Amino acid sequence: MTVATGELASPPVPEAPIADGSRVPYAVFHSQAIYDREQERIFRGEAWSFLGLEAEIKQTGDFKSTFIGDTPVVMTRTQDGRLAAWVNRCAHRGAMVCRQLRGNASSHACVYHQWRYDLEGNLFGVPFLRGLNGQAGMPADFDRASNGLRKLRVESYAGLVFATFSETVEPLADYIGPVMGGYLNRIFHKPVEYLGCTRQFSNSNWKLYLENVKDPYHASLLHLFHTTFNIFRVGMKAHCVTDGRHGMHSIIMAIKEAQTETSAAYKDQKIRSFDSGFTLEDESILALVPEYEVMATNHIQPIFPQLVVQQIHNTLVARQLLPKGPNAFELVFHFFGYEDDTPEMRKLRIKQANLVGPAGYISMEDTEATELVQQGVVRDGRATSVIDMAKDAPEQSDTLITEKLIRSFWAGYKRLMGFDDSDPFGAALQ
Amino acid sequence: MIDLTLRQTLLALQDEYISTLDTDALELWPEMFVEDCHYEIIPKENFDLGLPAPVIYCDSKAMLRDRVVSLRNANIFQPVVYRHFFSGLSFQPLDEGALEMRSSYLVINTNQLGQSTVYQTGRYHDVVVEAGGRWRFKSKRAIYDTSRIQTALAIPI
Repeated sequence: MTVATGELASPPVPEAPIADGSRVPYAVFHSQAIYDREQERIFRGEAWSFLGLEAEIKQTGDFKSTFIGDTPVVMTRTQDGRLAAWVNRCAHRGAMVCRQLRGNASSHACVYHQWRYDLEGNLFGVPFLRGLNGQAGMPADFDRASNGLRKLRVESYAGLVFATFSETVEPLADYIGPVMGGYLNRIFHKPVEYLGCTRQFSNSNWKLYLENVKDPYHASLLHLFHTTFNIFRVGMKAHCVTDGRHGMHSIIMAIKEAQTETSAAYKDQKIRSFDSGFTLEDESILALVPEYEVMATNHIQPIFPQLVVQQIHNTLVARQLLPKGPNAFELVFHFFGYEDDTPEMRKLRIKQANLVGPAGYISMEDTEATELVQQGVVRDGRATSVIDMAKDAPEQSDTLITEKLIRSFWAGYKRLMGFDDSDPFGAALQ
Repeated sequence: MIDLTLRQTLLALQDEYISTLDTDALELWPEMFVEDCHYEIIPKENFDLGLPAPVIYCDSKAMLRDRVVSLRNANIFQPVVYRHFFSGLSFQPLDEGALEMRSSYLVINTNQLGQSTVYQTGRYHDVVVEAGGRWRFKSKRAIYDTSRIQTALAIPI
């Protein structure tokens, strides 16, 4: 494309995320062509997508309707207690088979012509298969076995259920990797109980949310609840690390130092911030009952592409990130506790739900921010963001003032999407 | 036989509640509740399954005041204009002068561009008591049908 020269011409910019992930053209947030490529290369490609918790489908026949990317899928538990998942589309004429959000069923029938499938997705019932009274049915060579629902590979890791369209992607444990697996084990070290979900819809691109959960830099700047009530301290000890393999998964942990564990230290904090004049009347919302070896106030762990595991104080959530076209995404917050929670602990988890989700004291601004980006970048697809914080100190992983996790994400995204230097956006922008 | 005087009293209570939210009189909102109160916004999806995960959950008037202080001084959100509508009021007596009250609600939200959309529909499940010559909420649960919350929920329902 030729750009007119003159005072208004923009400086030359990279046409795809550059190799180190520090410059990303805004087209990735609003291009339908790029979105379509993501569905093929990521959600139907070499990735495992989070569907839900095993605790949501404990009994044989329990099922939940959900999505991989924007494809409707169903996860269910089969007769022998294993997990299954299939694309929610009848093999006959393409209608959605399962019409409920969740429930229990011993088989699933399409309402349109009542083709019936078992829990694994195998077709076993076709009305009038052999016709009726000499009137023809299906052809004699019609093979039920090859006309089942599209089955997906399913695996679970510590009670988290994932599925993939890919026959070639590595096993789930390898995909998660040992570093991220270790952090997941921290949260999922004993059986969990599903406590329900809340849903939030944002008019912005799904990758803006992944940037957000890989961005500790914004935490005390956007979420003023932190600073107003003096919760988040810039000097906190932190872990900011990636999976160390493809770089798409990551964790941010903000750690409470030993000397601040006591309530006396909390009071000191309040004194230091006294001039702000703001305190909470009910401070129990900020309690932190020790449950883990490492006392973290925040554990934010995206497992690319659809999962973000979150521990904030004592509230626990598996967030599912679902793209809904280039300009929208849905977040499903799966709240959970542990099966052996005391009633007091369970109540604290519910109370601390006020911190997170669509009305969360320290989260309600996130979707506002991603929508502001979506609105800001609408026309300038080849202009780029600037993602440089702590770029000169790649070895630092103990700081919250860094954008290294975002850079790592974009570098991995570029590889996965096949945007190489000779083919910046591939066919996507043709 | 419906006690029409009582019904008028309860309608007036709901009108007053809605008025505090729709006119940005948030500081008056906690005053609609007794000290030892319960306030909750929860999706119908969870309510129907007996699951507790809420959007907002307060178990004291202090928590309601905290929410207002935070909204006024800490949280960042697009200015919201709510218009609440309610209908289908029913009520029945509980023990010790308390009443159980239910109604349907609709909240239309208007953004800064002037676009008005259905933001939330649901049912209020309330318990109201008379104290000091004034009816107030002992418990208010907004059980919403519109399960996807658009962008964020800052102002109470």
